[in-house]
Amino acid sequence: MENLIALLVAAPLLGAAVLLCGGRRLDRAGHWLGTLLAAASFVIGAVLFFDMLGRGAEERELHQHLFSWVPVEGFQADIAFQLDQLSMTFVLLITGVGTLIHVYSIGYMEHDERRRRFFGYLNLFLSAMLLLVLADNYLLLYFGWEGVGLASYLLIGFWQHKPSAATAAKKAFLVNRVGDMGLSIAIMLMFTTFGTFTFGPVLAATGETSEGMLTAIGLMLLLAACGKSAQVPLQSWLGDAMEGPTPVSALIHAATMVTAGVYLITRSGAIFNAAPDAQLAVVVVGAVTLLFGAIVGCAKDDIKKALAGSTMSQIGYMILAAGLGPIGYAFAIMHLVTHGFFKAGLFLGAGSVMHGMNDEVDMRKYGGLRKYMPVTFVTFGLGYLAIIGFPGLSGFWSKDKIIEAAFAKGGTEGWILGAVTLLGAGITAYYMTRVMIMTFFGEKRWQPAPDPDKAPSAEPGVEVHPGEMPHPHESPRSMTIPMILLAFGSVFAGGLFSLNSAFVNWLKPVTEFEHGHPPISAGAVTASTVVVLLIGVGIAYAQYGRRPVPVVAPRGSLLTRAARRDLLQDDFNHIVLVRGGEHLTRSLVYMDHTLVDGVVNGTAASVGGLSGRLRRLQNGFARSYAVSMFGGTAVLIAATLLMRGV
Amino acid sequence: MSFPLLTVTAALPAAGAILTAAVPAARRTTAKWLALLVSLGTLVLAALVAVRFEPGGERYQLTESHAWIADFGVRYELGVDGIGVALIALTALLIPFIVLAGWHDADPYETQTKRWRPTQGFFALILMVEAMVILSFAATDVFLFYILFEAMLIPMYFLIGGFGDRAHTGTDENAAAQRSYAAVKFLLYNLVGGLIMLAAVIGLYVVAGNFSLTEIAAARASGELEMATDTERLLFLGFFFAFAVKAPLWPLHTWLPNAMGEATAPVAVLITAVVDKVGTFAMLRFCLQLFPEASKWATPAIIVLALISIVYGALLAVGQRDIKRLVAYASISHFGFIIMGIFAMTSQGQSGATLYMVNHGISTAALMLVAGFLITRRGSRLIADYGGVQKVAPVLAGTFLVGGLATLSLPGLAPFVSEFLVLVGTFARYPVAGIVATSGIVLAALYTLVLYQRTMTGPVKEEVRAMPDLKARELVVVAPLIALLLVLGVYPKPLTEIVDPAVRHTMSDVQQKDPRPEVEAAK
Amino acid sequence: MNPVNYLYLAALLFTIGAAGVLIRRNAIVVFMCVELMLNACNLALVAFSRMHGNLDGQIIAFFTMVVAAAEVVVGLAIIVSLFRSRHSASVDDASLMKL
Repeated sequence: MENLIALLVAAPLLGAAVLLCGGRRLDRAGHWLGTLLAAASFVIGAVLFFDMLGRGAEERELHQHLFSWVPVEGFQADIAFQLDQLSMTFVLLITGVGTLIHVYSIGYMEHDERRRRFFGYLNLFLSAMLLLVLADNYLLLYFGWEGVGLASYLLIGFWQHKPSAATAAKKAFLVNRVGDMGLSIAIMLMFTTFGTFTFGPVLAATGETSEGMLTAIGLMLLLAACGKSAQVPLQSWLGDAMEGPTPVSALIHAATMVTAGVYLITRSGAIFNAAPDAQLAVVVVGAVTLLFGAIVGCAKDDIKKALAGSTMSQIGYMILAAGLGPIGYAFAIMHLVTHGFFKAGLFLGAGSVMHGMNDEVDMRKYGGLRKYMPVTFVTFGLGYLAIIGFPGLSGFWSKDKIIEAAFAKGGTEGWILGAVTLLGAGITAYYMTRVMIMTFFGEKRWQPAPDPDKAPSAEPGVEVHPGEMPHPHESPRSMTIPMILLAFGSVFAGGLFSLNSAFVNWLKPVTEFEHGHPPISAGAVTASTVVVLLIGVGIAYAQYGRRPVPVVAPRGSLLTRAARRDLLQDDFNHIVLVRGGEHLTRSLVYMDHTLVDGVVNGTAASVGGLSGRLRRLQNGFARSYAVSMFGGTAVLIAATLLMRGV
Repeated sequence: MSFPLLTVTAALPAAGAILTAAVPAARRTTAKWLALLVSLGTLVLAALVAVRFEPGGERYQLTESHAWIADFGVRYELGVDGIGVALIALTALLIPFIVLAGWHDADPYETQTKRWRPTQGFFALILMVEAMVILSFAATDVFLFYILFEAMLIPMYFLIGGFGDRAHTGTDENAAAQRSYAAVKFLLYNLVGGLIMLAAVIGLYVVAGNFSLTEIAAARASGELEMATDTERLLFLGFFFAFAVKAPLWPLHTWLPNAMGEATAPVAVLITAVVDKVGTFAMLRFCLQLFPEASKWATPAIIVLALISIVYGALLAVGQRDIKRLVAYASISHFGFIIMGIFAMTSQGQSGATLYMVNHGISTAALMLVAGFLITRRGSRLIADYGGVQKVAPVLAGTFLVGGLATLSLPGLAPFVSEFLVLVGTFARYPVAGIVATSGIVLAALYTLVLYQRTMTGPVKEEVRAMPDLKARELVVVAPLIALLLVLGVYPKPLTEIVDPAVRHTMSDVQQKDPRPEVEAAK
Repeated sequence: MNPVNYLYLAALLFTIGAAGVLIRRNAIVVFMCVELMLNACNLALVAFSRMHGNLDGQIIAFFTMVVAAAEVVVGLAIIVSLFRSRHSASVDDASLMKL
């Protein structure tokens, strides 16, 4: 059975290779091939899952050793896989949601001439992501980690002719690289500390080294997670990443890749458990991002960017939960899965709306769409209810547990974290209600399509006639079916997972689990969550439902304006890093030319000058040469005689 | 007496060079095919060397030894260890691609008379360089190595100065002046290094009484040959200086951007991917083996210089406006990694450095040759003159991206393995240096992606609208290189198997052991 | 006769020759002065040979004569061709080697 693991990775990899090298011949069938191989991977994943269910909880871990990757004296890295309950969860999420999004993309990308390539990149992503979660050592994980970064780079910049897309892609890769630095330093620390970086031995040996070392490793892993999962301070790329096609935003920048940081922290649980300082840092990052993302999400008028802020915030929840240690790991992963369903569904819904609205992304130019796009409305609505944590739906089960766990952290910390998560839940309810109302309710605020020459449309695959009013319509079947399936997940997954704590028991052998004991009763936590939720919805309704929404955004308060600009983080980056970097490189280029090269050229010039002077001696008059010869001889003879004499 | 395989491997391109040069003026194409065939033949011979080499066997294999200048104890002594085999294979591998990529680079201008035979000269010089480089990787006699090290400059000088990049801004005279400046700078820099090395070579002879690397190293190891500390350090510095110029190490690097910028793309590859490797190779082979104590003494300073190279080269690459100069500065950064790996004095560092030499050769070749194709199409080296190429020439853009990704050491491509090994190896002994060097991966991403973004993406510029995609010949050049990058990125074992024993020997030369992991050490 | 006197004579002849080379401009005269210096050397060599009683000096003198003869051939040819192209036999006129 373990021999199937490699096939999980290989199937989409084959798809990527064929689609990217195959050339134009495959244009007509390429998308089917890509979808088929993604589905094949899902089927293999399902087979492995049922096989795993058939075995006892302690015998579920499978290993497959393919070959030795980098065998060097004292350094062993293998291409080897480890499939346990944690990776299994991810495999099913990735291949399942991945396949649905492949199907969705068939319709969504229909008019794009480079659709084959798009599917090639999607397959490449699936393969790298599976490698990431299946690796049995940190170096191979790093391979997958950068692989998904590459796929993300290629897909964000898929419409490369738009400078904004190309810039966003580059930014995403670069910010991620800063995080990758953390991961590679963490691996180096593990190597020098433990002599290996395979999960098993490293995580088993955490007791044998100092807490300081573990804290260092933990902080470096956290840096990596911040990059990949768009957590403060490396969160700035996620908003821009929305330049990519919407299915990409749904798959990579909502459901799977951005959650890799949570996976990394959960996987390295043993390290964090033994390093409370690192855990504290994780919790702080999670809490800050949770609020940061939520605030940004409140101010954005671009539907995808609002959802991106929300993604950031929800991953903040997961990171926070993962930072709580054994009381939170399982809930972090549970929220990750449910979030995968509803956020992917929300993004697909947003894509469907854009599809029908001439690729308009500004929610201020939507309004009243519920009548025109019933399926999208219902699925989006269910996703909305799930994300705000409406009792009974998926998001409720997972988020509520995280809030409980946050309170259960104990002491002042527990109260602060609990309050932050509660506040976050309220803001979530607010901004999601805002999105919902602005898009589907109220009156129509549709605008004629802009001139594409002046403002290149977001999704240029579709033909847009300037000046034409949008004709909203329901999307084709290939797009609505994945949305419906994801909506099912959004509604039922959480409840299913919570039956008899099924999900927690499933993950327990890998992540450990402790029951947290919040200082207030669980019922009180749930009640306050619901209250906060209602307040959030209420405020949003008062602001956007009761009065007409202006088409042009009002100036807004200082905070709103800052939030629109991602709380000024980009401006900070621009001034400090971009400008500063430009000055640094420019002055270095100048220095290299004048100083380093100047020394060399100066030496050359002074040698040249000296020989220029010496050249004067060669005046061409034979007799003057003769004089110097005689003179020289005379001096020599005199010298010889003198020496003799002495 | 066994078959002198190494001599033959070097003699074939040398003979090929003479034959190519003798092809009559009108038969240009014959000369090209001849050069290609010879380089392929050399590749076969090099493959034979690799096959005949037994990784677990003697340190130096396929040895040959003949008296040459008996009065001074100079011998014609050859022999390869794993590092030499890897680099000979790299050289022999890259030359056919260089020849093929430069197929039209030396076609005569219309203004030139019929007696002028630039094409023949171009390919003959390339083969000559190949012969000398292969021989220098095999030489185990210090004097023989020195002669080759210097003689290599002659054909390189003519290749840089005589066959410039036809894509230049400004007038022809201006370009010719810049080219000759670059060629002279290259020559003078390397001659100064060589001169200092000559003094050290003579000094070594005075101290040791012969030139044989194996004998001197054995005498050093057994304690028969004592060197005063100061003598050893001076000799070490003499050798190291020459190699650092060739490598090139900051602050002796400024010849490289000029040379690579002005030379045609295949010659630029020849410089950075092949000839410069002689410098780093010689550090491993001569500096560490002959002067282990001095090497250890100089390590901290060299690590610092290498670190500066890494960061400085990368930062300057970010600031370049010329595609080829950008690649040159990127190479300076990469050479910093190689040198750091060598002097980290750990198995991982040195294995990584050797792999890095090979991988950097392949990845730079891929990136630079595609850049050359691009530059030939548009007739400009300036990044600002491009834009949106991806739309009109997707295959070209795709291969360029892969070359770029290799340059930024993406896992899955060969350079990642070596870069990570170098980092780990350095980190194990010098954590701070390891961490600073890690920032190089961010900078590498910056200059590569900025280059890709500015040239390949965005709206299609008017001048590139009619740009054709890669032709069959060009694909033949690029595709195998990319395939190699992928294979060596996932399965570098064949290479590490050859290199590892040699590194073990070098480690024992310098009497260094890898730092043990903290957990093990505590037990 | 005391052989030392021959040496004085040789020194005198050499000095005259050297002075001629340095002072005169006419190439022919310079040339003759060079010959004079050579012959002064020859004289000294032969005188030394006599003084020391072995034949080495005389043998070298013969060599010098042969070389001098060869030199005359080349030198005169140069002077003639110089005169043809410059219409002058002045040494200073032939200073065009310098840049």
